Amino acid sequence: MPDSKQTLVVIGNGMVGHRLLELMVEKGALDHWNLITFCEEPRVAYDRVHLSEYFVDKTAADLTLVSPGFYDNNGIQIYIGDRVTEIDRDKKLVRSANGVEIAYDRLVLATGSYPFVPPIKGNDAKGTFVYRTIEDLDAMKAHAQQSKVGVVVGGGLLGLECANALKSLGLDTHVVEFAPRLMPVQLDETAGEVLKEKIEALGVHVHTSRVTTDIVSENGKLSYMQFNDDTSLQTDMIVFSAGIRPRDELARDCGLEMGERGGIVINEACQTSDSNIYAIGECALYNNRIFGLVAPGYQMAEVASDQLLEVAEAQQFTGADMSTKLKLLGVDVASFGDNFAKTPGAKELAVNDSVAGTYKKLVVDAGGKLLLGGILVGDAEAYGTLLQLMQNQIELPDNPLGLLLPAGAGAATLSMDSLPDTAQVCSCNNVTKGELCEAIQSDGITDLATLKKCTKAGTGCGGCTPLVKDILTTELKKAGVEVNDHICEHFAYSRQELYHLLRVGEIRSFDELLEKHGTGHGCEVCKPAVASMLASSWNDYVLNTPHVGLQDTNDSFLANIQKDGTYSVIPRVPGGEITPEKLIVLGQVAQEFDLYTKITGAQRVDLFGARVDQLPKIWERLVEAGFESGHAYGKALRTVKSCVGSSWCRFGVQDSTSLAIEVEQRYRGLRSPHKLKSAVSGCTRECAEAQSKDFGIIATENGWNLYICGNGGMTPHHAVLLATDIDKETLIKYIDRFLVFYIRTADKLQRTSTWFKKLEGGLDYLKQVIVEDSLGIAEELEAQMQHHVDTYQCEWKTTIESPEKLQRFSHFVNADDADPSLVYVQERGQKRPATEAERAVLSQSRDALVSPAQ
Amino acid sequence: MGVSNGQAQVVLDITSGDLKTMESSAVQATTTADSINWVTVCSLDAIAPNTGVNALVNGEQVAIFRIGSTEEVYATGNFDPFSKAFVMSRGILGDRQGVLKVASPIYKQNFNLKTGVCLDNEEVSLQVYPVQLVDGQVQIGGNN
Ligand SMILES: Cc1cc2nc3c(=O)[nH]c(=O)nc-3n(C[C@H](O)[C@H](O)[C@H](O)COP(=O)(O)OP(=O)(O)OC[C@H]3O[C@@H](n4cnc5c(N)ncnc54)[C@H](O)[C@@H]3O)c2cc1C
Ligand code: HEM
Ligand code: SF4
Ligand code: FES
Repeated sequence: MPDSKQTLVVIGNGMVGHRLLELMVEKGALDHWNLITFCEEPRVAYDRVHLSEYFVDKTAADLTLVSPGFYDNNGIQIYIGDRVTEIDRDKKLVRSANGVEIAYDRLVLATGSYPFVPPIKGNDAKGTFVYRTIEDLDAMKAHAQQSKVGVVVGGGLLGLECANALKSLGLDTHVVEFAPRLMPVQLDETAGEVLKEKIEALGVHVHTSRVTTDIVSENGKLSYMQFNDDTSLQTDMIVFSAGIRPRDELARDCGLEMGERGGIVINEACQTSDSNIYAIGECALYNNRIFGLVAPGYQMAEVASDQLLEVAEAQQFTGADMSTKLKLLGVDVASFGDNFAKTPGAKELAVNDSVAGTYKKLVVDAGGKLLLGGILVGDAEAYGTLLQLMQNQIELPDNPLGLLLPAGAGAATLSMDSLPDTAQVCSCNNVTKGELCEAIQSDGITDLATLKKCTKAGTGCGGCTPLVKDILTTELKKAGVEVNDHICEHFAYSRQELYHLLRVGEIRSFDELLEKHGTGHGCEVCKPAVASMLASSWNDYVLNTPHVGLQDTNDSFLANIQKDGTYSVIPRVPGGEITPEKLIVLGQVAQEFDLYTKITGAQRVDLFGARVDQLPKIWERLVEAGFESGHAYGKALRTVKSCVGSSWCRFGVQDSTSLAIEVEQRYRGLRSPHKLKSAVSGCTRECAEAQSKDFGIIATENGWNLYICGNGGMTPHHAVLLATDIDKETLIKYIDRFLVFYIRTADKLQRTSTWFKKLEGGLDYLKQVIVEDSLGIAEELEAQMQHHVDTYQCEWKTTIESPEKLQRFSHFVNADDADPSLVYVQERGQKRPATEAERAVLSQSRDALVSPAQ
Repeated sequence: MGVSNGQAQVVLDITSGDLKTMESSAVQATTTADSINWVTVCSLDAIAPNTGVNALVNGEQVAIFRIGSTEEVYATGNFDPFSKAFVMSRGILGDRQGVLKVASPIYKQNFNLKTGVCLDNEEVSLQVYPVQLVDGQVQIGGNN
C-alpha cells in the first residue's frame, strides 16, 4: 500500500529542531506526516541555555528536553549521532555520514550555529576549547584538572557565563575582550563598567581592549597569550567565546540563498529560497539578522509548524525581541529594546548607585510617556515589568524612575489588569497573559509551580517568573481566593520583606517599624511575628519595655499558657541528659508548688498548673539548681533530642549525646518563624528519630550526616539529606547557615518542611546556598548566628534578677491574691483542671466561690 | 456579687470526694468618695505601654489596657467567654480596620476594646467598665 503520508525531514535535533517536532505532534501532524530527524550529537536535544549547570549539579540526563518515549511513542524516526552531509534538491533527498538516504517532501534546517574561533596563530593548540556542547564541557573539565589558570576570549554573554564555569572549576579566571567594555552589544559604557567592577570583585580578572595576536605553546603545552600591546598572559587553558556563526554549510552547498556574511535567508514563513525547505533557529537569517537566543528560535518553530500544516491564520515571523535578562557570575544583567537610545528624540534616565553597585537606565520617547528600552545591571528585578510596559506601549507613570526602585520600597508597579490578553509574558516559550489566565481559570491552578508546569511559562530563562506570579495572584484575587502574602492588614509586606526592611534599616522596635512601613496599631499576628524578627536579629531581652506588649502571653510570661489560664514550666534539659540531683529538684519543685508532672516527647519534664504569681518563685528554685529556660513557650529552638550513642550503646559509632548537648547549647533561645526541633542519633539505627526534625544529625563511621526540613506532627515529612560524612566544624557551619537562611526567608509560622516545599529550586538550590555558598552570603549568615550565640541570655535568670520585671508576675495589679477562679480535681495522684460539669458541682457545694464577674 | 476578699482555691480529690479549701490573703481595694464610686486601681506607669493588667475591683476581675505609651486606657472584664478563664488582661492589643481590640491569649478571638463586643462572633461580649485617669492614677467605675 503506497504511503499517502508526506515526509518531513528535520536536520538538527537541537533546542529548536526538537521544539518543532513537539509542535508538529501537538498540532496533530501525525495523521498526515512521517516525521524524521537527524541528530549529529550523540544524544537527543538538551537544554543548551542551562548548559553551564552541567558543571554545577546537572547531569546530561537532567538537561534533556525530550520527555521519555517521545520519539518512540509518536513513531518519529531519529538518527542519533548521524550528520546529514548532502541535500539533493533535484531528487528531494538527503544523505547522511552513515549512508542513510531519505526522500523528503519538506525539509527543515535546524542546524544551529558553531562558536567562532578568531583567526589567531595557535588557536588550535592543545588546551583550547569552545563552549557549546556537553562534549565540549567534558573536555574542558578534564583539562581543568591539570590547570591553574583559565582564559576566556570574549566578554559577551556567553563569555561571561563561561568565565563563571571556569571559576567554578577552581581556576584563576581571566576574561579577554577585544572591545573597550564587557557585553558591548547589550551594555553602554557605564553599565559595562559597573559589571566589570562587580565581576572583578568576584575574583575574575577582566582585560578589555585587548587583541590577541599569538597563542604560544611550549613543550606541547599551552604557555601564554601574546597581545598587540606587548603584554602577555600566562595560562593553562583557553576557551573561545567570541560569537557564533550559523551552520549553513549544507544550504550553501545546495545553492540556497545566503546572507552576505552567512546565514540561510528566510522569509516571514521561515521558508528559504526553495519553498520546500525551511530554516529555523540560529542558522536562519531574517532581515539580515541572526537570532542567537532560544526564544526567537522557538517562535520560528511555531511559524514553521503552522506553515507546514497550513493552519488557518498561520503565524508569521517578523523579527524578534532580543531582550535578555541573565545572571552572569551571580550578577543580574538585563538589556532590552532600544538600549542605546537610537530612536530619534529618545531620552535616557539613569540611576547609577555605585555603593550598591547597580546601574539602571531607561530609554523613553521624546514625550517621556513610552518606554523604548533600557539596561539593568546589579539588580534586574524590574525587568519583567519594564519589558511589558515597553512591549504593550503602556503609558508610563509621571516619575518613571520610580519603576527602578526595589519592589516594596515605593516602586511603581505594573497592574496586571492593564496588560492586554495578547501580551507575551514568557518570551522563551511564547506564553501570553491570556493563556496563563485561561490555565488558571479552567484548570483551577492556584500555585506557581503547577502553572509553570502546565504552561511552560517561566521554565526557560526564568526572567518572567515574577510576572507570572503576579498574574496568578491577580487572577486568584479576582476569583476571590485570598493569596496576598502580606503579614496582616498593618503591613503590606510578606514576612520575608519585613525581615529585610528591619535588618537593612536596623530597626529595633515594633513602633519604629510600624511608623516607617506600616499603619494602625498592629495586632496579634504582626506583633509576635515582628517580636520574633527583632529577637532573631538583635537578640534583645524579650521583656524589655518596648517588646513586652508584642509577645504572645507565652513569651511575655516565659511559660506555656494552659486552658485555665495557668502555665506550664519546661526547664531546658540539653540532649535529654539529666543528673539525678537535678531530677530530684524537679520533683521537689513540683511537690512544693503542687504541679502536675509529665515527661514530654522532647526528653524533658513539663510541670503544669503554675499560676502567674508562682512562676518567678518556681524559677528561682530552678535557676538556683542550675536549670535554664527551655524556651518551650517561644517560636524558638526546643530540644535537641539524642540517643546515648557510642558512650553506652553497643552499636553507637559517635558520641551523639555530647553532640546534642553542644548543638542545643549553641542554638538555645534562637527565635525563628516557627518552633525548631532537632535530634542526634549515634548510628544508623536512628533511635533519636532525627529524620523527623527540622534539622537532624545521624552519626556515620566517618563523621555526621545532616538532614534538614523534616517534621512530625500534623503533616509528617521526612527530612532530606543535605550533607554526608562531614566533620563537626563543617556540620555546625552548615547548620548555622541553614537556620539563619530559613529565619530570613520563611513566612510567618512556616515550619522548615513547608518552607522547603515552597522553596524554588528545592534541595539543589539549598545545597548551592548552604554548601557551595552560591549567593556569597555564608559568612554573613554565620556571623548572624555567632551574634546570637554571643548574646544569649537565660530569659528566666534575667527576669528573676530584675524586681521591676517581676512586678508583672502577679494576677492582680492591686492585690496579692491568686486567681480565685481556678478549680482542680485529683486524678491518678495529681491535679488537673476541673471540667465544666465538675465546676458546676463544686460551685454549688462551695457557695459560688469562684463565679465569673457579672 | 463576687468576692472582694476570702479568695479561695478549691481542690477536690476525685477519688475521695474530699473538698479542701485554702483561704488566701485578702486585700481590700480602695474606694474614692466619688458619687459614681470610682475605685483607684494603680498608677498609669504600672501598665507597660501596649499591655494590660488585671485588677480586683469590688470582687470582680477587671482587665485594664493601655494604648501605646499614651494616656488612653480601656477596661473590660478579665473573663474570656470562650475559654472561660480569667486571662483577657494578658491578650495582645491592636486594631482591626481601625477598631481598637484585644485578642484572647487562649484561642485568639478578638474583642472591641470600647464596646466589649467580640469581632469574630457578635453574640459574645466582654463586660466593659468606665475608666478615668486622675493625677496619673487609673480609676475604674464600680458596678454598683
Ligand atoms: C552556554 C550557552 C548558554 C546560552 N544561554 C542562553 C540564554 O541564557 N538565553 C538564550 O536565549 N539563549 C542562550 N543560548 C543560546 C541557545 O542555546 C541557542 O539559541 C539555541 O540552542 C539555538 O537552538 P538551535 O536549535 O537553533 O541550535 P542548537 O541548539 O545548536 O541545535 C542545532 C543542532 O543541530 C545539529 N546539526 C548541525 N548540523 C547538522 C547536520 N548537518 N546534521 C545533523 N545535525 C546537525 C547540531 O549538532 C546541534 O545539535 C546559550 C547557548 C550556549 C552555548
Ligand atoms: C501541628 C501542631 C502540633 C503538633 C502535631 C505537636 C506535636 C507535639 C508532640 C508530638 C509533642 C511531644 C508530646 C509528648 O509526647 O510529650 C509536642 C510537645 C510540645 N508541644 Fe507541640 N505540637 C503542635 C503544636 C504545638 C503548639 C502550637 C505549641 C505551643 C504553642 C506546642 C507546644 C509544645 C510543647 C511546649 C511541647 C513540649 C515539648 C518540650 O519539651 O519542649 N505544640 N508537640
Ligand atoms: S541510634 Fe544507634 S547509637 Fe543511638 S541508641 Fe540507637 S542503636 Fe544506639
Ligand atoms: S521569558 Fe524566559 S522563561 Fe519566560
